[in-house]
Amino acid sequence: MATTQDGDTILETEGLTKEFRGFVAVSDVALRVKRGTIHGLIGPNGAGKTTCFNLLTKFLPPTRGTIRYEGRDITGMKPAEVARLGLVRSFQISAVFPHLTVLENVRVALQRARGGSFDFWRSDSLLKSFDARAMELLEDVGLTAYARHNAGELPYGRKRALEIATTLALDPRMMLLDEPTAGMTHEDVGRIMALVQRVAKGRTVLLVEHNLTVVSGLCDTITVLTRGRVLAEGTYMEVSRNPEVKAAYLGTDPGISGGEGHG
Amino acid sequence: MAEASVVTGAAAARHEEQGFWGFTRAQAIAFLAMSAVVVVSPFLLYPVFLMKVLCFALFACAFNLLVGYVGLLSFGHAAYFGMGAYITGYAAKAWGVPPELAILMGGAIGAALGLPFGWLAIRRSGIYFSMITLALAQMVFFFCLQAPFTGGEDGIQAIPRGTLLGVFDLTADFTMYWLVAFIFLAGFLLIHRIVHSPFGQVMKAIRDNEPRATSLGYRVEQYKLMAFVLSAALAGIAGGTKALVFNIATLTDVRWTMSGEVVLMSLVGGLGTVFGPVVGAAVIVTMQNYLAEFGAWVLVIQGAIFIACVLAFRRGVVGEIGNALRVKL
Ligand SMILES: Nc1ncnc2c1ncn2[C@@H]1O[C@H](COP(=O)(O)OP(=O)(O)OP(=O)(O)O)[C@@H](O)[C@H]1O
Ligand SMILES: [Mg+2]
Repeated sequence: MATTQDGDTILETEGLTKEFRGFVAVSDVALRVKRGTIHGLIGPNGAGKTTCFNLLTKFLPPTRGTIRYEGRDITGMKPAEVARLGLVRSFQISAVFPHLTVLENVRVALQRARGGSFDFWRSDSLLKSFDARAMELLEDVGLTAYARHNAGELPYGRKRALEIATTLALDPRMMLLDEPTAGMTHEDVGRIMALVQRVAKGRTVLLVEHNLTVVSGLCDTITVLTRGRVLAEGTYMEVSRNPEVKAAYLGTDPGISGGEGHG
Repeated sequence: MAEASVVTGAAAARHEEQGFWGFTRAQAIAFLAMSAVVVVSPFLLYPVFLMKVLCFALFACAFNLLVGYVGLLSFGHAAYFGMGAYITGYAAKAWGVPPELAILMGGAIGAALGLPFGWLAIRRSGIYFSMITLALAQMVFFFCLQAPFTGGEDGIQAIPRGTLLGVFDLTADFTMYWLVAFIFLAGFLLIHRIVHSPFGQVMKAIRDNEPRATSLGYRVEQYKLMAFVLSAALAGIAGGTKALVFNIATLTDVRWTMSGEVVLMSLVGGLGTVFGPVVGAAVIVTMQNYLAEFGAWVLVIQGAIFIACVLAFRRGVVGEIGNALRVKL
């Protein structure tokens, strides 16, 4: 594998491996995500997709391997530093700040993007300057009417939408979305798809998704993971014809297109 | 996240508009009522008792800042309270430092201890965080037991209250009361400002969902440490003030039971509520006063209250009232 990176690659891993007490969750993964694309990461339950996300965003230290982002080695970095470089993730189980309002959820992200702050002696009415931008982002995901509700009260699908709005507030160069449509109603799925498509302009997206309609509709390239290993890579047409991929799916999880349970 | 909703006793379903100083309307009314009580009560009740309540109320508010708004449960806050008492007492007695400066020195020692202790403790979360704070506080206790300046078992006695700003002689309880009332109200308002500042917004986000705050690029350790130091400094000020009120600083102030008492006060009043720690402190101090003649039974009764709160009133007195009225208090 080439050690120098061409300008087209934004994220690249080499030999990425994660073992949990001898159990290999991610094994020798070489991933290469092209700048400006929507890259799908699919595979049956337990394939290691979320673990991969945790490794890429430094929420877990890898057992072996390296991660390069924008040409620099980020393998030894802390998760907050990686986020500050514009590599921002969402979580598989909806991650909002339940006791903050919907508006505050987005504002907290905008606040960080402007540098964060330790000024404990000043009034939080200063944060009102972020309200206009926050409302724009909420409008994008159809949450305007909920702005003053506590995020914890939102139905599941709307929490996912809020999470995307919060992620977008950071204006990330690269977004890692872990099953953004899981647990959503059919029409919500459509809206999130359209949103991802729109916001992906000028960014790179790495997307974990069980819903194959979403995957085929959005992704330029797809990497199929099973038992921690890369099984196949290519366009949707290419991987869906791959007999090994078919076998892996049929063998372990026939209902992949139905999404999965959520907490 | 389900746990957080229990911890923060906050009930309001919908967000309420915030006005002056970040108070909601209900909170502003409650604050005015509390201030009125603070101003009127010395004319009706024994000022020394009231000063004790106010010192512990500030201590409990400082503690609550950490557990209620950052989600960090410290079992070692006696260290900052007790060292605050010792340093203020020693400075006032041995060096003749004026009271306002002596109390600030109490706050400074709280912050100075809180910095390394917080730095060590925030590396862990949950029960491990609590255990580290407890262990460090025990070290402070043994230090105070051995160090010559603390007076060992006797403590520092006959601490002079001194003259405030070189003008007001604090020997009279009534004069001292107004200083304590001022310190309490200023501390209370400062804590409320911290919670309703840009910094406080991040604090609450970390309490609600730490991994998410990290993923947004927040260096959560720095925020936690800052909150820890602020809490420890205010606990030191509370301890220092108490030392001047009672003219004494003893091992009781740094013992682990003091750490337990502040947990109990916050729990009784309502963790994560604005007024809960104040009410909790008033309840516990009153109880200790009236039950003092029963000796060891005080502990048994406190234990029973603790269990009752955990089992039946998880939101605490203020949390339950707020929940019934559907307002955040
Ligand atoms: N912290 C951990 N400790 C031990 N084992 C883990 C840990 N995290 C994940 N695993 C295991 O690693 C494997 C991969 O898990 P991972 O969550 O990455 O799968 P996934 O592809 O995201 O699955 P899903 O589609 O169900 O979300 C699973 O067998 C899981 O049990
Ligand atoms: Mg997963």
